[in-house]
Amino acid sequence: MTEMNGAKAVVESLKTQKVKDVFGIPGGATLFIYDVLYDSGLNHVLARHEQGAAHMADGYARVSGVPGVCMATSGPGATNLVTGIASAYMDSSPIVAFTGQVNVRSANSSYMIGRDAFQEADIVGITTPITKHNYQVEHAVDIPRVVKEAFYIAASGRPGPVLVDLPKDVQVETADMDFSTAINLRGYKPRDNPHPIQVKRAAQLLLKAKKPIVLAGGGVILSGAARELARLAEFMLMPVGTTFMGKGAVPETHPLALGCVGMHGSIEANKLILEADVILAVGTRFSDRTTGTLDEFCPEATIIHVDVDSAEIGKNVKTDLPIVADAKKALRSIYEQVAHKTEKTTQSPWFGRVEQIKEEYREAVKGVSSLQPRDLLRELRTLLPAKAIVATEVGQNQMWAALHYKVLEPRTFISSGGLGTMGFGFPASIGAKVAKPDVPVVDIAGDGSFRMTEQELSTSVTQGIPVIVAILNNSTLGMVYQWQRLFYNKRFAESKLGSVPDFVKLAAAYGAQGIRANSLPEFSKAVKEGLKNEVTTVIDIPISPDEDVYPMVPAGAGLPGMIWK
Amino acid sequence: MEEQTQIIATIVEHKPGVLYEVANMFRRRNFNIESISVGPIETADLARMTLTVKGDEQTIEQVIKQMNKLVNVIKVSILEPATTVQREMALIKVHTSDAKARSEVIQYADIFRGRIVDVAPTSLTVEVTGDAEKINAFIDLTRTYGIKEVARTGITALARGAKVIKEE
Repeated sequence: MTEMNGAKAVVESLKTQKVKDVFGIPGGATLFIYDVLYDSGLNHVLARHEQGAAHMADGYARVSGVPGVCMATSGPGATNLVTGIASAYMDSSPIVAFTGQVNVRSANSSYMIGRDAFQEADIVGITTPITKHNYQVEHAVDIPRVVKEAFYIAASGRPGPVLVDLPKDVQVETADMDFSTAINLRGYKPRDNPHPIQVKRAAQLLLKAKKPIVLAGGGVILSGAARELARLAEFMLMPVGTTFMGKGAVPETHPLALGCVGMHGSIEANKLILEADVILAVGTRFSDRTTGTLDEFCPEATIIHVDVDSAEIGKNVKTDLPIVADAKKALRSIYEQVAHKTEKTTQSPWFGRVEQIKEEYREAVKGVSSLQPRDLLRELRTLLPAKAIVATEVGQNQMWAALHYKVLEPRTFISSGGLGTMGFGFPASIGAKVAKPDVPVVDIAGDGSFRMTEQELSTSVTQGIPVIVAILNNSTLGMVYQWQRLFYNKRFAESKLGSVPDFVKLAAAYGAQGIRANSLPEFSKAVKEGLKNEVTTVIDIPISPDEDVYPMVPAGAGLPGMIWK
Repeated sequence: MEEQTQIIATIVEHKPGVLYEVANMFRRRNFNIESISVGPIETADLARMTLTVKGDEQTIEQVIKQMNKLVNVIKVSILEPATTVQREMALIKVHTSDAKARSEVIQYADIFRGRIVDVAPTSLTVEVTGDAEKINAFIDLTRTYGIKEVARTGITALARGAKVIKEE
């Protein structure tokens, strides 16, 4: 037990959790904490907008697997975090957000919250539907316990964001702090061991299957199950399609890898999952972007669904065999059962079909313009080491990256999949770079998205966090533009952004390096330069607004309705 | 799929914000709460929340799973009607224009084992306890006299026999 004030207890708690980096912006209601942070030895990254801080913490968490920490003051500081928290929630990313709050009690001890003081916002109420859990601390003595619980809840089971709201007077209040208490949450006990009978049944179904397929979601990456997945898939010669969030669950150059299933999935993945007789779905919530219309999603197939969150089982898709468990443990157990019963498959008609369909559609999608995003992304892959991290923004840039940038290792591709937050990629790439300073980080951007959080160029330059931003610049809100072309009779309502700003000059204004690349060789040269640069490099790549993302499953259609040109 | 009404009994942390958390989850997931009753239980820092929820089997299953995900919800159980004692209490203020109406309402209250808890020149307030059907029946019977106001508690329920819902 040590006597200290609440602010000190927050920082001590962070140290107890082995936190090294905090992303945030100080304000009136967090001054006490920042005063302690000042000489705490913790690295604080000063974002220029709280949304940026939340995405940075999120990016940090996604590439490292360790909870990212962000901090904002009360009121608008806290509400600015909301988009970032919601993005993390939808993609099961562990972040712990700390917010300042107005005083909980006045000098004469009457309750003060709820009286609409300056910069008061009910952030606990606001974030209840977008956090895994949240807290408002009313007594300083609770801080060590609350922070410990917050990190535990954020990182365990199905990860997710946790918010801790800290009223000003609680930061000042002194108490005897105990940092050694054990966690005892009677309402939170994540399950992770698979039920042995369910595992046995899953193995039986897979062994009987003629055309088994894996649908690997983000849960495979979160649980660190990539090796277990590859071992099982290789043993059974079973192709692996991933969800968008599952990108990287299997090296995308692997002979069994199909790419993504879904709205902008690969032709081979979407065709083969419809042909499969047994689907082993692991760590996926069967999002509408993955399944298309549900009644056309593999109606005849037997579905085995492994997820650590029991509420995902049966939420969207009817499951024949549920396994509530950690993906890694489940895949290991299923492999053991299968390997116990049979020999490794070395050839099968199904694998022949996989190879055939991959070959057939290898270059089926043709672009229309001279400088194609597909070629840029393929080129980018050749320029980057396997462990390089790529973040994306949201829209066409993101779907082109999903289709054409081959991810080789888990946690090297980060993107706002569930919420689809434009402006996520750049701050997330800054967070990723803080977590992995020795690894090159590239944000594949669109001009529309980059405009939404471009102010974080300040952060990256002043704090010396160099990343590369490659802007596929079509001067439009590209995905909106594509839909208007295809489904709204070319009525381009409010989707043309114009050619301002000049991103090369914008980069220069922030002290970053701006390079314009008008061709593939210029792009290649710019990336190589960016990889050597000690400041952030913004590569502006003018592309045609007439380039659409294909293949595509139009909204309201099922996977059989996939179109491509 | 067939809609059914289920009684879901839960043990939750007895602290501020928990009702909001539960209600928020119901709204967000588009589940309907037919009734809800909350009160402290024998353990000091816990409360019991009894909800009646209408939905098909899949919806009810989702409700339970989503409830279980809330950190402040400790235990969730479905109470099967056949093995459950369920009670609701209602206060019903009936318009009684004359002595005849008054005596008839008092007779009905007797039959329903209700109690007259307030008498005024032109109204009677009756307390009726029972399952929801019994209370509905009483309200239907007295409707002809004119019902001025109804306050119902929502269902609260316990499993019959020795079975209890406890934190594990």
